[in-house]
Amino acid sequence: MEAIVLQVLNGLDKGSAYALIALGLTLIFGTLGVVNFAHGALFMIGAFCAVTLSKLLTVSHIVIDETKTDFLGNPAKVEVPYLYDVFGQATGDVIIDWAVPISILVAIPVMMAIGVAMERGLIKHFYKRPHADQILVTFGLAIVLQEIIKYFYGANPIPTPAPEVFAGSFDFGTLLGFDPNLVIYPYWRLVYFAFAAVVIGGVFSFLQFTTFGMVVRAGMQDRETVGLLGINIDKRFTIMFGLAAAVAGIAGVMYTPINSPNYHMGMDFLVLSFVVVVVGGMGSLGGAVLAGFLLGILESFASMGQVLEVLPGINQVILYVVAIVILLTRPRGLMGRPGVMED
Amino acid sequence: MSNFKDFTRRRVIKSGAAAAAAASATPYFFTNAALADAHAGYRNAPQGDTVTLGFNVPQSGPYADEGADELRAYELAVEHLNGEGDAGMMPTFSSKALKGNGILGKKVVYVTGDTQTKSDAARASARSMIEKDGAVMITGGSSSGVAVAVQALCQEAGIIFMAGLTHSNDTTGKDKKANGFRHFFNSYMSGAALAPVLAKNYGNDRKAYHLTADYNWGYTTEQAVKESTEALGWETVAAVKTPLTQTDFSAYIAPVLQSGADTLVLNHYGGNMVNSLTNAVQFGLRDKQVNGKDFQIVVPLYSRLMAKGAGANVKGIFGSTNWHWSLTDEGSKAFVKSFGTKYGFPPSQAAHTCYVQTLLYADACERAGTFNPCGVVEALEGFEFDGLGNGKTLYRAEDHQCFKDVLVVKGKENPDSDFDLLEVVEVTPVDQVTYAPDHPQMRDGDGNVVPVGTCNPGA
Repeated sequence: MEAIVLQVLNGLDKGSAYALIALGLTLIFGTLGVVNFAHGALFMIGAFCAVTLSKLLTVSHIVIDETKTDFLGNPAKVEVPYLYDVFGQATGDVIIDWAVPISILVAIPVMMAIGVAMERGLIKHFYKRPHADQILVTFGLAIVLQEIIKYFYGANPIPTPAPEVFAGSFDFGTLLGFDPNLVIYPYWRLVYFAFAAVVIGGVFSFLQFTTFGMVVRAGMQDRETVGLLGINIDKRFTIMFGLAAAVAGIAGVMYTPINSPNYHMGMDFLVLSFVVVVVGGMGSLGGAVLAGFLLGILESFASMGQVLEVLPGINQVILYVVAIVILLTRPRGLMGRPGVMED
Repeated sequence: MSNFKDFTRRRVIKSGAAAAAAASATPYFFTNAALADAHAGYRNAPQGDTVTLGFNVPQSGPYADEGADELRAYELAVEHLNGEGDAGMMPTFSSKALKGNGILGKKVVYVTGDTQTKSDAARASARSMIEKDGAVMITGGSSSGVAVAVQALCQEAGIIFMAGLTHSNDTTGKDKKANGFRHFFNSYMSGAALAPVLAKNYGNDRKAYHLTADYNWGYTTEQAVKESTEALGWETVAAVKTPLTQTDFSAYIAPVLQSGADTLVLNHYGGNMVNSLTNAVQFGLRDKQVNGKDFQIVVPLYSRLMAKGAGANVKGIFGSTNWHWSLTDEGSKAFVKSFGTKYGFPPSQAAHTCYVQTLLYADACERAGTFNPCGVVEALEGFEFDGLGNGKTLYRAEDHQCFKDVLVVKGKENPDSDFDLLEVVEVTPVDQVTYAPDHPQMRDGDGNVVPVGTCNPGA
């Protein structure tokens, strides 16, 4: 029983990441009709916003410490962050410690700007081209972005820890009456899940309860009619692209303490996120979120030792098996609408 | 004389097609190149006053940083061989055959290839350096899969392969080749060196849970650590394979405590190691008490470059390494000074093994008086040397594996800098990590001993 509870919990944070990326993918597909293979790269760039801010906060000047030596036997050069000079060491340390959450404030405008620039500069030229062309150009863009990040940050993962207060794990099992240590869950992953819930709720509320969102939803249903009413739907869709990029970006920011970011992390999520979108139903925001959590939890179950004993290797194919079964029984996915990608 | 009357258009086309098919089916190694080098008796005999070495390292992909460090070491080795710079480890090397005038009087030049840490890409780049650039020796790499693949190619081509970073038993076990040589240590040695240190620090009554990367290196490392620790009284409660592409290991780590294990062994390298260790620490495993003992994590193969990726999570965690820049023998000090002065930071273990392999190859050519692979093989087999950072070392003739002391390291509690992450806790003597050439871990799947075979000069 405790194993089941544990894997459900495990699936939640991975499902959160899938859901956030798939949500952005679906927003872009639903509004602009573009299959954006660069979306994983946006998740990665978001993560590197956190890395960049961490590095900026620790920009230092060198102080020679005569009491220590470096690896060549010369007096050691000790790096002292400028932040210490401005705020003092205690406050400086707190700011550096909270670099990841602070990065969200930086990532939102940066990712919005990148998203808008990407849409205006490249993707708009491919609206009327076949999906295959869109896939090729966005995949190419993803590789370019990946290589740029590798050029500046190297190929190795860069540790970007969560604030000290979130270190360690919470013993869920004791709450549910199990023995201690049987169902433990890291605090930061709980934060990530809560964060994902807030972002997803925020995006849905924005679309559901604002005039802007109402126009966008109308445009998703019938772009031409909305245009004929004198509304500049293209401008709104561009903003939605920026919003989708920001959602992917902040999902990446908050993911950095879970896995040290590297230039390839976007690709690791991209294919699975597309599976999530297809299973959820092309163009369905609710479907993307539902499928994200569902597949995240299923993937966790497939990695259980007991399951692997019976079905070795199932952990590597489970998502694709589920996708095939769902598409065979529900060709439009879990919550797909008729007419989407069926032309 | 040929009877030209018999040549019809149909026959010419048929003959041409047959010739083209034969040419494309016959490996290049056995045709024109072999003929061209036949006069020298071996493939790619250096012409003129230069000799070309091929450095095949990951320049793209996840191990690109490690590859960049390997390339730095190779450039340094070439400088030193050509008599430039401060000579690095040449003065501390016990063999005095190297004179700083290239190899056998020929200036060393080099070409590079990108393995991408993919076997097919690595073979393609090695092949290109052999065929197009005339490289007489191929070296480098950061993965056992790549090393085994390129080593087999070099054997077929009649070129010497001096392996870079490869830790699987198989490289000099079931997949060993006469033309291939490995200076780096292997999984067996990690297990043999680590187990006594683990028993000393954590006791003989431990329950271990292995997470193992699902590929060749992972299997041999798991087997080596399992057998070594079980021999000291540990019990292995589970060994779970994890996909090489896995990035989030939470689903694998969460059940560890439920299994009753009190020790987690991460048979992971590179990004896998960084992520699995980070996840394990996030889950608070190291803060737990199981079976009345503090929960412990072990990383059998450490790399400083990878440890950097895991950050503070490596603190206090045991592992093993081939070499570390903090060693204080004369050879290590000379290499660190040379490398550090040129590049501004200390070399990694990958850089060290690549530098040493280049010097060992050059020295073997000098002692053999030829670049002929069979002469080089003869010079390296059974060669004993010192002064290259690992103490007294033997290149064993039976499997072309170097036998030397192995370092057991621990993540440093209070690092002074980005590269001051590991501290050497024990230098395990070579006798303790030496095994028989026919050791079961070195055999093929059917339990047979694979002989090293005979050298191939390629002509």
